[in-house]
Amino acid sequence: MSKIEVKGIYKLFGKQPQKWLAAAQSGMSKEALLKESGHTLGLRDISLNIEEGSIHVIMGLSGSGKSTLIRHFNRLIEPTAGKILVDGQDVTALSRRELELFRQQKMSMVFQRFGLFPHRSVLDNAAYGLKVQGVERALREEKAMYWLDQVGLKGFEKQFPHQLSGGMQQRVGLARALATDAEILLMDEAFSALDPLIRREMQDQLLALQEKLHKTIVFITHDLDEALRLGNRIAILKDGELVQEGTSEDILLRPATDYVAAFLQDVNRSKVLTAAHAIHGGIPRLAPNSTPAEAVSAMAEAKQDYSAVLADGKLQGVLTLAAAQQAASQNSAIDTQLVEVAQVKGHTPLEEILGDLLTNKQPAAVVDEDGQYRGMLARSKVAELLGAQVV
Amino acid sequence: MFPELIPARQLRRAIDNWVEELVANYADTLELLSQPFLDLLIWIEQLLRQSPWWAVVGAVIAITFAVSRRWKLSLAMGALLSCIGLLGLWDKGMQTLALMIMATGLSVAIGIPLGILMARINWLRQIMLPVLDVMQTMPSFVYLIPVVMLFGLGKIPAIIATVVYAVPPLIRLTDLGIRLVDAEVLEASRAFGANSRQQLFGVQLPLALPNIMAGINQTTMMALSMVVIASMIGARGLGQEVLLGINRLEVGRGLLAGLAIVVLAIIFDRITQAFGQRQQARRGA
Repeated sequence: MSKIEVKGIYKLFGKQPQKWLAAAQSGMSKEALLKESGHTLGLRDISLNIEEGSIHVIMGLSGSGKSTLIRHFNRLIEPTAGKILVDGQDVTALSRRELELFRQQKMSMVFQRFGLFPHRSVLDNAAYGLKVQGVERALREEKAMYWLDQVGLKGFEKQFPHQLSGGMQQRVGLARALATDAEILLMDEAFSALDPLIRREMQDQLLALQEKLHKTIVFITHDLDEALRLGNRIAILKDGELVQEGTSEDILLRPATDYVAAFLQDVNRSKVLTAAHAIHGGIPRLAPNSTPAEAVSAMAEAKQDYSAVLADGKLQGVLTLAAAQQAASQNSAIDTQLVEVAQVKGHTPLEEILGDLLTNKQPAAVVDEDGQYRGMLARSKVAELLGAQVV
Repeated sequence: MFPELIPARQLRRAIDNWVEELVANYADTLELLSQPFLDLLIWIEQLLRQSPWWAVVGAVIAITFAVSRRWKLSLAMGALLSCIGLLGLWDKGMQTLALMIMATGLSVAIGIPLGILMARINWLRQIMLPVLDVMQTMPSFVYLIPVVMLFGLGKIPAIIATVVYAVPPLIRLTDLGIRLVDAEVLEASRAFGANSRQQLFGVQLPLALPNIMAGINQTTMMALSMVVIASMIGARGLGQEVLLGINRLEVGRGLLAGLAIVVLAIIFDRITQAFGQRQQARRGA
């Protein structure tokens, strides 16, 4: 089930949004609406499903409405029309007190310029969400200490935010958001104000934390590299409208519009796409005890000149067609003919294996973290994935 | 000649009658209401005048140190206050100091809540801004007349006149301070489910504090500039000395009392400023 369901959100900024809602719903353009009514169309008919435990990136340039959209999730901004369901509960129907409780327990938020309280120490900042809930001091400080430690800020509790660097300040922001144990984390351009090296570090930290915590994260960014790196799914906004929504592969390989395609031009695909994307689907898999004849016929059927030999899901080696035929003529077992090949982890960026791929004529296998065989790396697919960029 | 559209004489008479009626009907009630304030003022005054001089000087040093944590400044403030005694104006100085403390206290009690309301309610702000302009620019003698009619000569009208004149900057700066609070910081507190009371006391007021302290500073300065006028309606103290100096053409008397007022002003100013600065230094602004 979806954790968050966004249903037909419209947002008009201006004096009488309700009066012009119908015009916007009937498809009046943003420019025409502004000219005729003086109202700015912030969001038009946004519908999204966000799965539990996933990182869902909402991406767009400035003015695309992404920050407006994320503020609808916890109703820092009220929608003009539409609904937001969290665990099936309509957030837009909550009373003021219910909304406060909802914000305390269900969602926490990380801000672009950190939004730390300058007059509170790092510890008090991290404990803020719990303080609002009325948790007693000893307990909230213990929890805040734990999360400060988790984000790597042990020893900085007594400092004030202005004494920390930008990256450290945002770690405080992250600790503050995590300390409430909310299931949903809203991150509004959380890493955009950081310099590239620190940003990368924070992304790694977020991914590492997510592996343990399995929160539902809504992440806003204008940086496609960041979106592709973090997002299980990505939604692209333009001028308040949802242009495309899908996995990073969908977006990268099948851009829905010219706008998305133009967006993708500057992406370094060799960085974003990984070995797992370039797996050759058609390589036959054989068991170590297959007969040479079986091997030859499997390869002939798949029209491939080599196959992978697996035992317990692990790659034992590669059997070429020639070797299989030789084994058949000598009537020997295939496992004497196996050739060892290089193995790469599935999440390795193509960039890192490109060099090997060009100098080494041998096939390479893609394995997952536990060494389980995922497939053979296809040179032609690598060329296709990276080559699309040139077009 | 400008055409007479409104008969000025009748208008004046109508206002006069209204005030006279007010005095006739409500003077007693108002006096009764103001009695607790008068009692408090007299208590402060007695406390300051009857304490030995070194106790008062010691208290000023202690307060300065408490807000600034600077020894040199604290001792300098004590020395300055002693100057008033050296000028032979200790008792009068204490009377004025009591009036100032009372006027500042009342201004804070009125000004900060009004400033908070102004920052929160837009229509109230639209009304308050011109009212504050009037309070600051209307010559104080104009409202001294009805105030004296209502309360008689003495300390209470002096306090009222001082507060009316001195409270606007505090209201304005409280309003400004709250409005200047970083929107993202306030948004953060809302995002974590803070209710409006938690937002006000946990975020808005602490962050507006440097501005509020600047407002209190301005208020004390303006209150001190009112002491001579206050003495015209019966408040005793340094203002009365200046007034005597004017009446008798005694320049020396006027000058010394004037200097003593300046000394009080410097003490108030340094203490309130030091507090604001330390607040700001802590958050690295």
